[in-house]
Formats: sequence, structure tokens, C-alpha cells
Amino acid sequence: MTAAEPMNKVTFDIARVRADFPILAEKVRGKRLAFLDSAASAQKPKQVIEAIVHTYTHEYANVHRGVHYLSERATVAYNAVRAKVQKLINARDENEIVFTSGTTDSINLVAQTFGRATLKAGDEVLVTEMEHHSNIVPWQMLRDEKGITLTVVPFRDDGSLDMDAFRAKLSEKTRLVAVTQVSNALGTINPVQDICRLAHAAGARVLVDGAQGIPHLHTDVQAMGADFYAFSGHKLYGPTGTGALWARAELLDAMPPWKGGGDMIRSVTFAHTDFAEPPHKFEAGTPNIAGVIGMGAGIDWFLSLDRDGLDAHEAELLAYGTERLAEVPGLKMIGTAAEKCAVMSFVLDCAHPHDIGTILDAEGVAVRTGHHCAQPVMEHFDIAATVRPSLGAYSCREDIDQLVVALGKVREMFG
Amino acid sequence: MSDLRDLYQEVILDHSKHPRNFGHREPTNRDAKGHNPLCGDQLRIFALVEDGRIKDITFEGRGCAISVASASMMTEMLKGRTEAEADEIFRRFHAVVTGEEEIGDDEAEQGEGGLDKLRVLAGVRDYPMRVKCATLAWHTLKSALDAKGAETVVTE
Repeated sequence: MTAAEPMNKVTFDIARVRADFPILAEKVRGKRLAFLDSAASAQKPKQVIEAIVHTYTHEYANVHRGVHYLSERATVAYNAVRAKVQKLINARDENEIVFTSGTTDSINLVAQTFGRATLKAGDEVLVTEMEHHSNIVPWQMLRDEKGITLTVVPFRDDGSLDMDAFRAKLSEKTRLVAVTQVSNALGTINPVQDICRLAHAAGARVLVDGAQGIPHLHTDVQAMGADFYAFSGHKLYGPTGTGALWARAELLDAMPPWKGGGDMIRSVTFAHTDFAEPPHKFEAGTPNIAGVIGMGAGIDWFLSLDRDGLDAHEAELLAYGTERLAEVPGLKMIGTAAEKCAVMSFVLDCAHPHDIGTILDAEGVAVRTGHHCAQPVMEHFDIAATVRPSLGAYSCREDIDQLVVALGKVREMFG
Repeated sequence: MSDLRDLYQEVILDHSKHPRNFGHREPTNRDAKGHNPLCGDQLRIFALVEDGRIKDITFEGRGCAISVASASMMTEMLKGRTEAEADEIFRRFHAVVTGEEEIGDDEAEQGEGGLDKLRVLAGVRDYPMRVKCATLAWHTLKSALDAKGAETVVTE
């Protein structure tokens, strides 16, 4: 197949989904792989791997430059991904999609363009206590540069956002609300639609961090009402170093460019540069060509899934995993909000998360252990780290069962 | 991969559950904070150094079994040593847990004060992601000794 060809629609069939992922057939430490770390980065289906190999094997050259055959082929395949992202998140126009290296890059772009150009001393940026460091640090850097205020909306002990506190902290000083769609450490799904409505009523813009949301939730940026939406390709079954920022066209038009260089200009003299129109204004230099094409293949693959079937599968698996983990003596779930998805963070009374991680690993179970780049969340619960099994489209009951058996071995050693 | 029991030997589990020299004990004239950004673990080392000799050494903080056991064993190993001896033991220990050097079977290693007591931590070499856990306390102590005052060290 070529990267640009759409795939046939498939119904949700877990065995068939798993067969698309070569790595799931690998043995690790001599054991069946139970890969429960998709929230950190998803595995890649063969369609993505083949799209990248196809690009470098048959269609690779720099884009937007040459008039020769390979440059034209690469440019067509690369440009086609913008429409795929547009479809994925239901953006109004494909020119509202800026390719970035990932969510972190997308948020920094907003901070360094929209933020630097429009925020001034005394303005407030409202974030939540459950943000990933990538949605905290760029605003702190801006705070220290511009004298803006960074205000934090707390979450409740179950991990749900305290919407009363959100309403109370929202004020005429609030210029931007930066909130995650889904917490990477807790799995909490935030009511981003309500947040956008309330923020807009207060005159604030909203940036939604979709890194954890996009692989699990039906995302429609127009229905959501956001102003900026950021996500990473690698959590959506695509390659690392890819991602996108969506922003309303009028915002992108008004935002100054950030990085200067080739491909983001209309004309350059030593006296003056005319910048290209968005999104190209924000895409300086040779882009991650094969990566973006791979991200497009990942989106194609994801959109080829039976989404209702996937939703049901993931919800059932989260319920099953939560129930099985509750059977483990001494285990405490961290994050029990009514609205959550794909993440089952926990601590165990007898062992430190890193020791648990090593023992699970010896049993073929891959989980993230640590603070998940969300240290304020850890601080809320007065812990240094959690064990975080997380789900992807290919996760299955057998993975959960293998996890629970392996936790029994942890208790044997440390209990 | 080696057996998990090579990593989590009884001695290590014992030190992690019942760490020696745990808790700040005065007097001290050297201290440093250690931080492992990978897991968020933090510990603090306190030492009393007089005439170039480590008269006392204690630690506090929280961490995984490997880091707590390593800190505990380090305090036992280094109490009473000169700073120069501590430096050399740190160098040897680092080389052992990263698999660059072995602990010998000769009397100098096996005898009182020999490095053999730390052999149980050598299993960590098979787990590259965990080497930092084993060396955190040591890096922190080195920082405390080198800086001759308060310092924060972060494992790389």
C-alpha cells in the first residue's frame, strides 16, 4: 500500500487489532508481553511502520522545495496528513492544523506566540493541579518573563476536578485556561466543554492538552469549544517526534511566528521578511517528513477502527482491571473519579513502585512507574510515585490477568 | 536476565525494611540532598567529618528497596573511614554496579572493611534502569563531602 491510500473499514475485533502490532508477538524476559504502558507511548501498528519504510524506500525527498518527482511525492503525502488531522478532531479548516514535534512543542508554541504577544503583567493563566509538567512549566517560564500570575485549580481526592473552585478562580483577570482533557496520572476525564463555556463567558481563551484524550475520546474541537488543542502522534499509534496544534484560524492569523527559518516565509531580504500564512508561519525548517506521514498512517489506522466497539472494549477493560486490582491486598487506587479512562494508577503498601515495576517486568508486564511528569498530583496524595498500568486499543483481559498474577509475586517477595 | 533473587537478596530486603543509621543524628557538619528525578525519590545524607575522617553518617528520606538498602549499607561501610578511603570505595562501588569491575576473592576484599559486603548490590548491574537507585546515596554523600556544606545532587 502507499501511505496515502485509505484502509478498509474493520469491525472491532481484538484479535485482529492485536495482529496489526508486530511487537505484541515478541517475548520479553522470556514471557508473554503484557504491554500496559500505552499512556506513556502507544505501540505501532504495521501500517505505521510500513508507511515510514515506504516513504524512505520509495517516496523520500525534502518537501515544499524541489520540483522533481520524489519531492513532489513526499510533499503530496506529507500535505495529505493535515486533512487527516482535521478529520480526526473535526477542525473547520485544515490550515488550522500546525505540525509540531508533539504536545509539549504545541503548548510551548502557544506560550511563546499567543502568550508572549497578548499576556501582560497582572493577567492570569489558570491551570489545574492535575496537569502534566508540559502544561505547567511553559506557563511558569512565561510568568517569570512577563509577570503574569499562574493560578491552580485543585482536584478532589477522587481525582475529579473541583469545578466549584474553577468557577471561583475564574475572573476577569483570567486570560487563558490551560487544562488537560484526560489526566495522564489519574485517568480523570475533565469536563472540557463546560470549562470552555465558562472560560469564554469570563473572556478567557482555553487550551486543551489532548495528549491522553485523543486516543480514547471522540474529539470534536468545534463542539468542545476550545481555542487551542494540542496532541502527540506517538500516543495515537504514530511515531515519536510528531504532533499537532490546532487553533482557531483567527488566533493563528494574529499570533506572531516563533521559530524563524526556511519554509515559514513568503519572501526574505536583509531589511524585511514577509511571513507565510498559517500554518506554515509556525513550521520553520525541514519538517519531520516521514514522521508526519507515519502519524497520518496512525490516524488512518485509528479511524478505521469501529469506534463504538473500541469504546465499549476499553470501558469494559477498565472496569475489569479496576475490579481485579481491588482484589490485591494492600493495593490503593490513585484516581477514582466517576469519569475516567484508560489509566489505573495505584500504590501498594508493601513495596515501592520501582521495585514493583522491576518485578512486574520480570513477568513480562510493562507498566510505567514514577511520578508520570505530574509531581503536583503525587504531592496531593503525599506519595513519590505510583504504578500506572494503562490501556491501548490492543489491551486485553489476558494483560490484566498477567498483571494481577505478577502482583502476587510482588507480595511474595515484599509482603 | 538473572534471577530476581539476585537483585532482591535477603540482605537487601532486610536493609530496606530496617535501614541502619536512619534519621538525622547530631552533631553533623556535612549534608546534601539527593534526588532521583526518574522516580521522585529524595534522600538526605548527614555526616560528621573531623580531621579528614567520617566520624558519623546518617540518612533520611524515602525510596525504593534498592536505594534505601544501598544508603543503609553505605553508612555502615563508610563510618570511621577517611574521606580518601570513602572516595576510593565510591569509585569501586560505582564500577562494580555498572559492571566495569568485579569484587575480588582475595582477603583484602573479603576481610573486615573489604568491599565484599557490597557484593549483594552488584546484581543491579543487570538492571541498567535501576543503577541510579543504587548509586543515589553515594553520589549524595560525595557531594556532601566535596562541597563541605549543604548541596543538592541529582542523579543523571
